[in-house]
Amino acid sequence: MHEMFLIIDWAIAIEKLVLIAVIVSLSLVVAMYETYAERKIAAFIQDRRGPSRAGPFGILQPLADGLKLFMKEEIVPNLSNKFLFVIGPGLAMLTAMMTSAVVPWSSHLHAFGRDIDLQIADVNIGILYIFGVVSMGVYGVMIGGWASNNKFSLLAAIRGASQIISYELAMGLSLIALLMLSGSLSLRTIVEQQQDGWYYVFYQPLGFLIFLVCAFAECNRTPFDLSEAESELNFGYHQEYSSMKLGFYLFAEYVNMFISSAVMATIFFGGYDIPFVNDANFGAQHGQNLLATLQGLSLFIKVVIFIFFFIWVRWTIPRFRYDQLMNLGWKGLIPLALLNMLVTGFVILLKQNNWHF
Amino acid sequence: MSTTHFLFWFLSVLAIFSAIMVVVSKNPVHSVLWLIIVFITISGHYILMNAQFLFIVNLIVYAGAIMVLFLYVIMLMDLNADSEPQKNKWLKIAGVIGGGALLLVLVAALKDADIKNQLAQTGSGQIGLIHNLGMALFNDYVVPFEISSILFLSAMVGAVVIGKK
Repeated sequence: MHEMFLIIDWAIAIEKLVLIAVIVSLSLVVAMYETYAERKIAAFIQDRRGPSRAGPFGILQPLADGLKLFMKEEIVPNLSNKFLFVIGPGLAMLTAMMTSAVVPWSSHLHAFGRDIDLQIADVNIGILYIFGVVSMGVYGVMIGGWASNNKFSLLAAIRGASQIISYELAMGLSLIALLMLSGSLSLRTIVEQQQDGWYYVFYQPLGFLIFLVCAFAECNRTPFDLSEAESELNFGYHQEYSSMKLGFYLFAEYVNMFISSAVMATIFFGGYDIPFVNDANFGAQHGQNLLATLQGLSLFIKVVIFIFFFIWVRWTIPRFRYDQLMNLGWKGLIPLALLNMLVTGFVILLKQNNWHF
Repeated sequence: MSTTHFLFWFLSVLAIFSAIMVVVSKNPVHSVLWLIIVFITISGHYILMNAQFLFIVNLIVYAGAIMVLFLYVIMLMDLNADSEPQKNKWLKIAGVIGGGALLLVLVAALKDADIKNQLAQTGSGQIGLIHNLGMALFNDYVVPFEISSILFLSAMVGAVVIGKK
C-alpha cells in the first residue's frame, strides 16, 4: 500500500457525506420557503395578499428572489478590505450550517445491511458544540461590518456583536439547569430521556422561556434586530453588500432560525419523539424504517411550529430600544436564569434525599 | 501515514504559520483574525487527543468570547496602517531581545522536561472527556474549583451592578 494513503473507513465516510449533503440542502430549501412563509404570514397579519404572481399561490417566489439576487450587479466598495468583505457573508453562512451537525434528525434507518444514524455526529458535547458554533457566528457580522469601511455598518456590527455576547451568557445559564436534570450534553441522549415521559419543557418552563428569548436575540430576529435597524442605521451591517453576498447574510438568518427551532424542539420538546405514541412498540410492530420516517416528520412539524412562532412575533412586536435590550439581557434574563439554576439544584438535591430536608 | 498523522501535521503547520502572521501583520484587525485561527488549530489538536470538552471550551472561551472583545476594541480604535507612527528603533531592539530571552528560557525549560517518555494518546486518551474531567474537578479539586466559580459569578454580578448605575 502506498505510504501516503489515508486510512479511511469508506462506508462511514460515504454515509456521512450523503447525510451532510441531504441536511445542508434540506436546511437551504427550508430557509427558502421560510422567506415565502414570512411574506405570506406578514401579508395575512397586515390584511394583504402577499406574493401571488410566481406560480400557483406564488409558490415559486423564493426561486424568483434567488434569481434576482444572483443577477444583480456585484459591487465591492473601493476602500473596503476586499478579502474580508467577501469572506464575511461566507462565514455567516458557514456557521449557520455547521450547527446542524449535532442535531439528531430521527432515530436510525435500516438500509444496505446496516443501521444508519440520522445524525451527522453524536458527540458527547452536543450542546456545547452548538454554543461554540454560535459564538463563532459573531465573526460573520463583525468582519462584514468592519470590512465595508462604512460608519453605519461598523456601528451595526458592533451592536450586533455585543447583543449576541450578552444573550449568549443568559442562554448558557438557562441551559445549565436542564443539564443538571439530564446529566448529559449529548443531544441524542437528551431526546432518548424524553421518549417515555414528560418533555423537558414541563420540568424547565422558565429555562425554556429564557432560551427562547435568547434564541430570538441570537438569530437577530425582531424584536432584537438592532443590528439591522433601518430607521437608525440605514440598512445595518450589510449596507454595502449587494447581489448574492447580501443574499447570504439574509439567508443565513433564515437558516439560523431553522436550526435554532430544531435545537429548541430537540432539547425541550422531545426532538424526534412522536407525542402520545410509544415509539419502541411502534417500531417493533411496523418496522424501523417507517418509525424513523415518522419520527423525522414529527421533529419537522415541531420545527415548523417554532418557525411560525418566530415569524408571528416578528410581525406583532416592535423593536426594542438598545438600552431596553441590554437591560432585559443583563438585569432580567441573567438573574432569572441564576434563580432557575438555584431552584433546580435545590429540587434535585431534595429528590435525592427522598424529599426530606 | 494515517489520517491522524496527516491532520497533526496540517494543524501544526497552520498553527505556526498563523502565529507568525499574528506578529508580522501590519493591520491589527488581521492580527486578531490570525490569532483566532491559531486558537482554532490548537483546539483541533485537542480533538486529535480525544479531548472533546477541552476542544469546545477552548473554542467558546478564547476564540468565541475573548477574541470578540479584542476585535471589538481594535475595530473601534480605527488604526490605519498608513497613519500609524513608526515605532522607535530602540523599542524594536528591546522587543527582539525580550522575546528572544523568553524563547531561550522556554527552550531550556522544555529541554530537561521529561516529555520524551510521555506519548500523546492520540484518539484514545480519556482524560479530556467531560465525564472524566468532571470527576477530577469535583473529586480532587473541589475547593479551588468552587472558589474560582464564585470569582466568576461575582465578576458577572459586578458587571450587572456597574451597569445599574
